[in-house]
Amino acid sequence: MFGKFPSSSRSLLAPQAAALGIVILAAQGVPASATSDATIRPFKVHVPDAALVDLRRRIAATRWPDKETVADQSQGAQLARLQELVHYWGNGYDWRKAEAKLNALAQFKTTIDNVDIHFIHVRSRHKNALPLIITHGWPGSIIEQLKIIGPLTDPTAHDGSAEDAFDVVIPSLPGYGFSGKPTGTGWDPDHIARTWAELMKRLGYTRYVAQGGDWGSPISSAMARQGAAGLLGIHINLPATVPPEVAAALAGGPVPAGLSEKERAEIDRLMTNAKNGNAAYFTMMTARPQTVGYGMTDSPAGLAAWILVHPGFAQWMYDADPGRSPTKDDVLDNITMYWLTNTATSAARLYWENGARGSVIVATAQKTAEISLPVAITVFPDDVYRAPETWARRAYRNLIYFHEVNKGGHFAAWEQPELFSAELRAAFKSLR
Amino acid sequence: MGTTEADAIRAFSIHVSDEALVDLRQRIKATKWPERELVTDTSQGVQLATMQELARYWATDYDWRKVESRLNALPNFITKIDGLDIHFIHVRSKHENALPMIVTHGWPGSIIEQLKIIDPLTNPTAHGGSASDAFHLVIPSLPGYGFSGKPTAPGWNPVSIARAWATLMQRLGYKQYVAQGGDWGNAVSETMALLQPPGLLGIHTNMAATVPANVSKALAFHEAPPADLTAEERNAWSQLDFFYKKGLGYALEMANRPQTLYALVDSPIGLAAWMLDHDARSQEMIARVFDGKTEGLTKEDVLENVTLYWVTNTAISSARLYWDTAQLSGGGFFDVRGIKIPVAVSAFADEIYAAPRSWAEQAYPKLIHYNKLDKGGHFAAWEQPELFTAEMRAAFRSLRRA
Repeated sequence: MFGKFPSSSRSLLAPQAAALGIVILAAQGVPASATSDATIRPFKVHVPDAALVDLRRRIAATRWPDKETVADQSQGAQLARLQELVHYWGNGYDWRKAEAKLNALAQFKTTIDNVDIHFIHVRSRHKNALPLIITHGWPGSIIEQLKIIGPLTDPTAHDGSAEDAFDVVIPSLPGYGFSGKPTGTGWDPDHIARTWAELMKRLGYTRYVAQGGDWGSPISSAMARQGAAGLLGIHINLPATVPPEVAAALAGGPVPAGLSEKERAEIDRLMTNAKNGNAAYFTMMTARPQTVGYGMTDSPAGLAAWILVHPGFAQWMYDADPGRSPTKDDVLDNITMYWLTNTATSAARLYWENGARGSVIVATAQKTAEISLPVAITVFPDDVYRAPETWARRAYRNLIYFHEVNKGGHFAAWEQPELFSAELRAAFKSLR
Repeated sequence: MGTTEADAIRAFSIHVSDEALVDLRQRIKATKWPERELVTDTSQGVQLATMQELARYWATDYDWRKVESRLNALPNFITKIDGLDIHFIHVRSKHENALPMIVTHGWPGSIIEQLKIIDPLTNPTAHGGSASDAFHLVIPSLPGYGFSGKPTAPGWNPVSIARAWATLMQRLGYKQYVAQGGDWGNAVSETMALLQPPGLLGIHTNMAATVPANVSKALAFHEAPPADLTAEERNAWSQLDFFYKKGLGYALEMANRPQTLYALVDSPIGLAAWMLDHDARSQEMIARVFDGKTEGLTKEDVLENVTLYWVTNTAISSARLYWDTAQLSGGGFFDVRGIKIPVAVSAFADEIYAAPRSWAEQAYPKLIHYNKLDKGGHFAAWEQPELFTAEMRAAFRSLRRA
């Protein structure tokens, strides 16, 4: 156990730290109240066998509904595909592999505002690496970010140069994964943003950048809006750029005149998404996280189906295309983490906390006009929203980078880790 | 009664296997729980303490066989309409001139909701009424609900159900009848009223669709209420505004992704929580019941209904009614439909919104009855069977043959 990172221990905090036997700590069993100071405790994941046996038992005992009445997934996860996935989950899938992957990385916990914050922290061996805090969203987790750790921290092994290196900090959101679960209200994106600033301060970083998609976007944006000490700029891949008159049109008002073809196409897309009910899960979790939580907490198949309803998985083919990331194992790593940490309900509460603020893609809702720090944006074509550059320039007055790439979707880091890494290198080059 | 094989009306009785009931208890006892909500009210959903008391009672004290006997003491039938088995309870009054009435439940309800009104309506002289108050009752299970069949293709919406109910009443030989419903039962009954099948004299609704177009639009776009609302209309506005902002999540999910709700068929507690969280007032009432208070429903009532959904594995098939309805173009659930035949309205105080008389008069040009009840909510027949029975008698008096 040690407090703030002594600079001399820097080399020990690389991924191989675990292999050196520096840190061994049970995953569970450290109560949040044990430490309310600023110590940073090494952490390892070890789920008891009993929990895995129980999971398999529940999977085997799944009671299924009848088949959907349509030939596509417009009613939700299709029975045959979900049954096949859940069958594999209970029979072929091995959580211990995910655990080993996680434990090969340097992981820590520190307590901020009485909540244990879990994070992966991998420093580059390159001096002058740019510290970067990466925030996942729902229904994601740190599992989404594992494939970019190598390319970002060790660029020379991944088509980059030493000047491209990052030190990465990848926290689990409060109520998610191995972070603690808030026991009081108020953990909205603004609060999490302040917590991340404190985390980076504790790690001794005085100049750093932040990145995020999904919830990671409003959280990173809030850090920029708050002007977190040492924050040089942010990169987001689900930016809040929908202008007020477009938001009004989406709410049923008149479609504004003078739109470009691209803007018009994006309005049509957002309207189609709304019509297709892509955001119904969002409404339910915002209104009733506890109600949704009971079934997801008690039923592995129910949890999997609810996670797969996210439009980010709309084009996921359940490994029909085996070379494609995320694989079935990747997706199950993520779902299993929600299950084992019993965080379906606590994770859903982030929507409730955000309730009054509203849409994460609307500029005024996220108060982007108050952001003066540099902002970089990558638009992935299959994401739930593709911000036109014109709107991005209106929303973020200090837009230093905007790039629309030709592949990748909502889980960009997970789906296209090489491309995503290249984007972060390019996005932050001017801030180094 | 049926004349052809296809029209046959088969007697039906219910027997859930012991194995299914044992499995249910095991699952309840093995529930994996979330931690408690972070608030001291129901604003994050059904509270953990409520669910845990429900689980304890369900797994230890509750006995499905009791309601099974009560159901089997009634004449139950199944008949096939448009290729689907339709289950219904059919109780004829001993009084000759009884008025036939088809009563339709909603979600998350079932025929269980209607059990308390059967005797008062069919046997009025034993319940403070006279022979001229008698009804013959037909109480079907909606397609995908209870003991009716589960549709395997899209298209079972309030319009096709309304047609099926007309076929059912015709098949039962009723030449003149009335229809009644709340929730989906309102949508179905109002659609019957629009279609005007032969013999339908009028309808009664306890969840009337009366919201004027300008009010509906202002609510949808989160605008300010029209300035000229009366105090009563203003109250209805506030109830609707709350529902649209905070209460619609479950309906949107079911209308858009019913198949996503796998958890509800695999987890009894997941199912119960989802069903309890229908509307704020009924949820609070049910929470008080599990906290030991005496209210319109008992613990038994609530669990009979949830258990019916569980043993029939109909959580998702019932949710599809929202999806199938969403495929139709048309107005919102509470929007005026333009009914021309006689309509009777009972506005219960704790319903999602209590329809004001002024709106009811505009919505239904032949409003034959309107009454505002100061107690009772979304499950009016179930919660306040005596009040509900009195309403039925008063509502349809003018439509009976002299």
